[in-house]
Amino acid sequence: MANALRIQPLEDRVYGNNGVILQPLEACERISLRAEDKAIAGLGKAIGLALPKKPGTSSEKNGIIAMWIGPDEWFVTAPEGTGLEAKIDKVKTGLYSAVSINHRNTGLTISGKNAVNALNSGCPRDLSLTVFPVGACSRTMIAKAEVILYRTDEQEFRVECWRSFSDYVWKYLMDAARSA
Amino acid sequence: MSAPSVNTGANRVAGKGRLSPAKTVSFTFDGKSYNAMEGDTLASALLANGIHLVGRSFKYHRPRGILGAGPEEPNALMGISRDKARFQPNVRATCQEVFDGMDAKSQNRFPSLEFDVGAVNDGLGRFFPAGFYYKTFMWPQSAWDKLYEPIIRRAAGLGDSPTEADPDHYANRFAHCEVLVVGGGAAGLTAAKAAAASGKRVIIADENPIMGGSLLSDSVVKLNGKTGSDWAASIVSELEAMDNVTVLPRTTAFGYYNHNMVTLAERVTEHMANPDPELPRERMWQVRAEKVILATGAIERHLVFPDNDRPGIMMASAAGTFLNQYGVTPGANVAVYTSCDSAWQVAFDLKEAGVNIPAIIDQRDAIDDALLARAAELGITVKKAHAVTKTRGRLRVKEITIEPVNGVSSEAIPVDCLLMSGGWTPSVHLFSQSRGRVKFDEDSGTFLPDIYTEDCVSVGCCNGTMDMEAALAEALTAAKEAVGGRARKAPKVENASSMNGFKIGSSKGAGPEDFTKAFVDFQNDVTAKDIRLAVREGFQSIEHVKRYTTNGMASDQGKMSNMHGLAIAAEMLDKPIPEVGLTTFRSPYTPVTFGTLVEHNKGELFDVTRRTPMYDWAAKHGAAFEDVGNWKRAWYFPKAGEDMHAAVNRECVATRKAAGIFDASTLGKIEVVGPDAVKFMNMMYTNPWDKLAVGRCRYGIMCREDGFVYDDGVVARMAEDRFHVTTTTGGAPRVLNMMEDYLQTEFPEWKVWLTSTSEQWAVIAVQGPKAREIIEPLVEGIDLSNEAMPHMSVREGKIFGIPTRLMKVSFTGEAGFEINVPADFGQSVWEAIWERGEPMGLTPYGTEAMHVMRAEKGFIIVGQDTDGTVTPQDAAVGWAIGKKKADFVGIKGLQRPDLIGKGRKELVGLKTIDPKIVLEEGAQIVDNPNHPIPMPMIGHVTSSYWSEVLGHSIAMALVVDGHSRMGETLHVPMPDSVIKVEICSPIFYDPKGERTNG
Repeated sequence: MANALRIQPLEDRVYGNNGVILQPLEACERISLRAEDKAIAGLGKAIGLALPKKPGTSSEKNGIIAMWIGPDEWFVTAPEGTGLEAKIDKVKTGLYSAVSINHRNTGLTISGKNAVNALNSGCPRDLSLTVFPVGACSRTMIAKAEVILYRTDEQEFRVECWRSFSDYVWKYLMDAARSA
Repeated sequence: MSAPSVNTGANRVAGKGRLSPAKTVSFTFDGKSYNAMEGDTLASALLANGIHLVGRSFKYHRPRGILGAGPEEPNALMGISRDKARFQPNVRATCQEVFDGMDAKSQNRFPSLEFDVGAVNDGLGRFFPAGFYYKTFMWPQSAWDKLYEPIIRRAAGLGDSPTEADPDHYANRFAHCEVLVVGGGAAGLTAAKAAAASGKRVIIADENPIMGGSLLSDSVVKLNGKTGSDWAASIVSELEAMDNVTVLPRTTAFGYYNHNMVTLAERVTEHMANPDPELPRERMWQVRAEKVILATGAIERHLVFPDNDRPGIMMASAAGTFLNQYGVTPGANVAVYTSCDSAWQVAFDLKEAGVNIPAIIDQRDAIDDALLARAAELGITVKKAHAVTKTRGRLRVKEITIEPVNGVSSEAIPVDCLLMSGGWTPSVHLFSQSRGRVKFDEDSGTFLPDIYTEDCVSVGCCNGTMDMEAALAEALTAAKEAVGGRARKAPKVENASSMNGFKIGSSKGAGPEDFTKAFVDFQNDVTAKDIRLAVREGFQSIEHVKRYTTNGMASDQGKMSNMHGLAIAAEMLDKPIPEVGLTTFRSPYTPVTFGTLVEHNKGELFDVTRRTPMYDWAAKHGAAFEDVGNWKRAWYFPKAGEDMHAAVNRECVATRKAAGIFDASTLGKIEVVGPDAVKFMNMMYTNPWDKLAVGRCRYGIMCREDGFVYDDGVVARMAEDRFHVTTTTGGAPRVLNMMEDYLQTEFPEWKVWLTSTSEQWAVIAVQGPKAREIIEPLVEGIDLSNEAMPHMSVREGKIFGIPTRLMKVSFTGEAGFEINVPADFGQSVWEAIWERGEPMGLTPYGTEAMHVMRAEKGFIIVGQDTDGTVTPQDAAVGWAIGKKKADFVGIKGLQRPDLIGKGRKELVGLKTIDPKIVLEEGAQIVDNPNHPIPMPMIGHVTSSYWSEVLGHSIAMALVVDGHSRMGETLHVPMPDSVIKVEICSPIFYDPKGERTNG
C-alpha cells in the first residue's frame, strides 16, 4: 500500500516581521486526558512525568509536556513515536479518558521581542512574566479562536488550536505583528 | 544663515508658546492654503491666521467660531482628509494636529461658510422650538417613510460619510496594569510618578499630544521651581525611561466597563504628514487595571447670555491655551466676561502679550483683592457685578453691551473677541460610566464623585479639588493606596491660579422673561428658552428634557451644556438641583472611529473561515462553495457548461447509479468515554443505548427539556465505555455545551468524559451501489461483506495504510460508507479513493446533492425541517424514542398535553399535482384557497427539490395533523397561482430501504 501523505494545515508557512516570528509546529502526539484523582499518579508514571495539579501550570520531561487545562483535564503532547496512547492504555488504577487529538489540533510557535504584544492584540490574558511565567499554560482566546497558550521561553510561546482555525490564527497574528 | 521665515499667521506672539517658528507646515481650509507651525492644532493655526468663523450650527445654521481648545469643542467640527480615501468628518479642530498637506473643510454650510442658505432657519427660529421634529412630523403616518424621514435625515446629522473604503489598518492591544492613570495633568503625572516608583505596572494616558494638562497653558505657576510645562516634561521623561510604565499621549480613555476595564483610543499616525504605512492609524487599548486613578480634570463652562455664540466669543481658558501653548492671540481687542477667578489670569496674560483688554466684566460683586490689584496695575478696566446682555457682529463679534447685574443702564464696548467663563465642571464622565454615583456640591455648583462601584479613585479637578496643592496631595494619597509603600513628597507649588467662582444656569438677559437666543448647547443648538419650553410642556425628568431638547446628546455628551441645562430646568421646576438630578454619561467620551472599534477584525479577519482537509481538492476540481456556519463546504461540482441544477442532477444520478464521494468532515463529533457513558447517552438522547452492541451504529435524536428536537446524528459504539457521537455541522458546539452543562451541573458524579473530536477526523462518505467495490482494495483488516459488516455498523482497521473508523451508514439511502481518518490524512485518502473510483463512475457530490438525496429518503435536517417547536413524533421520528426508558432530557416536556394532543404540525411529504413544479421552501399551505383573506394557514414547506432520479419534484412540509391526512389535496397559494399538492409519505425513494444493503 502506498504511503498516505500527511498534510498539516500550516505546512510550509513561515513569517517574520517587526520582532515577531511565526513557525508551524512539527507533527506530534497529542492527547486530551481526563482523569479522576485516583488515576493521576499512575498516569503520570506511564507518561513519564508528574501530571501538574496547579491550575495553569505544566510539567515537561524529554519533550513530553503535560499542561493543566481544567480541574480534571490535561493536554499531553509528545514527539511523534512516543506512543503516548499505548502507554496510557496500560494504566489500570482509577478511571480516565484518553482521546487522541493529534490531528484535531495544530500548532505554531510565536517568538521574538514583540511576541507578547502580538499575542495581546487578540488574547486578553495578562502575559507578563510574573503572571504567565515560562511553563505557564492556559486555554484562552486569540480574537475569535480558542487556543491553548503555553509559554516556552520569555519571548516564545506555543499556540495550539483546532486545525480549521489555524489559518485564521496565523493571519491574525500576522496582522497583529505588523502593529506590535 | 537663518531659516527663511514663513508666515504662520498675523496673530502670533513672538516668544510665546512651545512651538518653533523654524518648523512649519502648510494646510488648506475650505480650499485656501495657510501655514502653521508644526504642533499647531487646526484651531490654533486658524486663529493665528485670524479665522474665527469655522462652521455653521446644527439647526439654525448660525455662524460659529472656535469656542474651546480641547475635546469639549462643540462648534469647530471639520472634515479632515489626507487623500481621497482618507477622509474623516466631525473632527474637532481643537484636537486635530495640523500636518503638512492636510485638507480641512467646514461642515453644515452651503454653498459657503460666509453665505449659507440654511441660515434662513435662524430667522425662522420661532418655528423650530424644542421638540420641533416630534410636533411637526407626527402625521399622517404614511408620510413618514417617503417624506419626513428623508427630510430629517438630510437636515440632521453633521458631516458627510467617507465614500471610499478605508485603506488604513488599525490595531488592538489588551493590557494589564496595577495602576491606570487617566489624564496627564499635574495630578495625573504626580500620581503616575508616585505609583511607578513601586515598580508596579503603570499606564498613563492623555488625550493631548503633550502631557501636562492645564500646566502647559499656565504662565505663572511653578512646581519645584520649574514652569508648569518644564515640570511636566521632566516627569514625562522620567516615566518614559521606566520599564514598568507605559506613557500614552494622544490617547483618549473613552469607555469604562465592568471590573476596571477601560478602553483607550490611541491616535498613532493622525498627526503625521507621511506616516509609515506599516503603522496602524489608531490603536485600541483594552486595559484591565487593578486600580484606576481618574485625573480627568475639569472643563470650563461658558455663560448663557443672548447671542453668546457669535464667532469671536470663546472660552477664557481656551484663549489662555492658544496664547501660552501656541503663541496665538484670539484678537486685538478682547473683553473678558466671567464669574470665575481663572479668567482673570488669561486677561493678564493677554494684556502682557500686548493685547488690548477693554474690560473684565465679572458677574460677582466680591472679587479677590489680589486680582483687582493686578488688574489695576496692568491698567485693565474692571466692571464688577456686570453682565453682557447683548452682542453684535454677523460673522465675528464686533460689539458687546454690558449692564449692571442689578440695574438698567447699558454701555456698548467694541471688541473683536469676547472671552467667557462660568467656572469649571469636573469631568466625571468616566466615573459616571463606571456606574459611580455623583453628589451635588452646593458650594461649588458641581456634581462630584460620591459612591464608587469600581476600584477607582478621582483626584484633582475631576474630584472638585481645584486647589493645586491639595490636588497633588490627593494624587499622592491615591497612588500610595494603590501600590503601598512610603508616602511620597509632593512638589512645591507656587503661584497657582484660583479657580473660585462659578455660574450655572442663565445669566442676565437670558432669563425666563427674555426671548433671546442664549445657547446652552452649541453643538445641538439648544437655547435656554428651549429648556424652559420643555419644562412648560410637561417634561419633569431631566432625562426627558434632555431627549426632548437634545441638550447634551450625541458626541457632545454635555461637556459644557449639562450643568446649565440642569440649572435652568431646576429653576423652572422650582426644585433644588439634586432633586432634578444629572443625566448619565455614555461611552464614548469623545467619538471613536469605526476603524478603531473594528481594529483587526476586517477583511479576511472579519470572521473565522473554516476549511476541511479536502478543501483544496474540491477547489481544484471546480467546486462551488457554500457557507455553512463558518465552514466553506463544497456545494456542487459543476462541469463545463453546467448550471447548479444540471450539476446537482448529475451528481444525484451518478451516486444512485454508481457511486458518489462526499466530504462530510464538518459533522460534529464527540468522544464520550467512561464507565457511565451508556448511562449518559441514555439521558442525553431519546433512544435506548443499552443494547447497542459494540461495533454497531444507531441514529440518535436529542431533545431539549421542552421535548423539542435539538439535534440528531449517528452514534457508533466503539467499546463498552466509548461512543463516537456525531452531531449536525451547525450543532457541534452547542450540543457539546449542552452535554457538558448537564454533566457538570446535574450529573457531576457520573464517570464519563466528553472530548470534541470534530476536527480529529476527516470524513469521506462513499455512497452508492459501487461504494464497496471502490474502497474494498484500499481497506485492510475489515471484512466489508454485508454479512460481516451490515448497515449501521462500525469497524476499525486501515485504509490506504491509515487507521480508520469505518462506518457503514447512509444519508443517501444507498449502501455506503463514512470513512473517518485522522484529518491530516484526509486529502491523501480521498485522492486514493478517487484515483480508484473515478474510472468506475465515482462522482464527487456537494451539499446540495446531499440535501436532495436525503430528502428523497425523507431524512430530516434539524434546523431546516425542524424549527425548535417540533417534537420527534411531529418529525416522524417518534420511533427513536425509547418507550421503556424512565428518563431522558425532554421526557417530561414530551408529556405536556399540547405536545401529544391533536392539532400539531407534523412532517409529511408533498407531491405537486403538476410534477414539474418545484415548490418554494417556506411557502404556506392552506386547506381552501377560496377562503376569504385572512386565510387559515395550516402548514409550510420545509424542504423542496427537483428529483432527477424520480422525475418529479419532491417536498417535505409541516402540516397540522399531517400524519392523518395522507392522500389529501392541499393548496400552496403563490403570488401568481395556487399550486395543488397531495400529502404523501416523506419517503419518496426506496421506501422499503432495500438499497442500503447494497
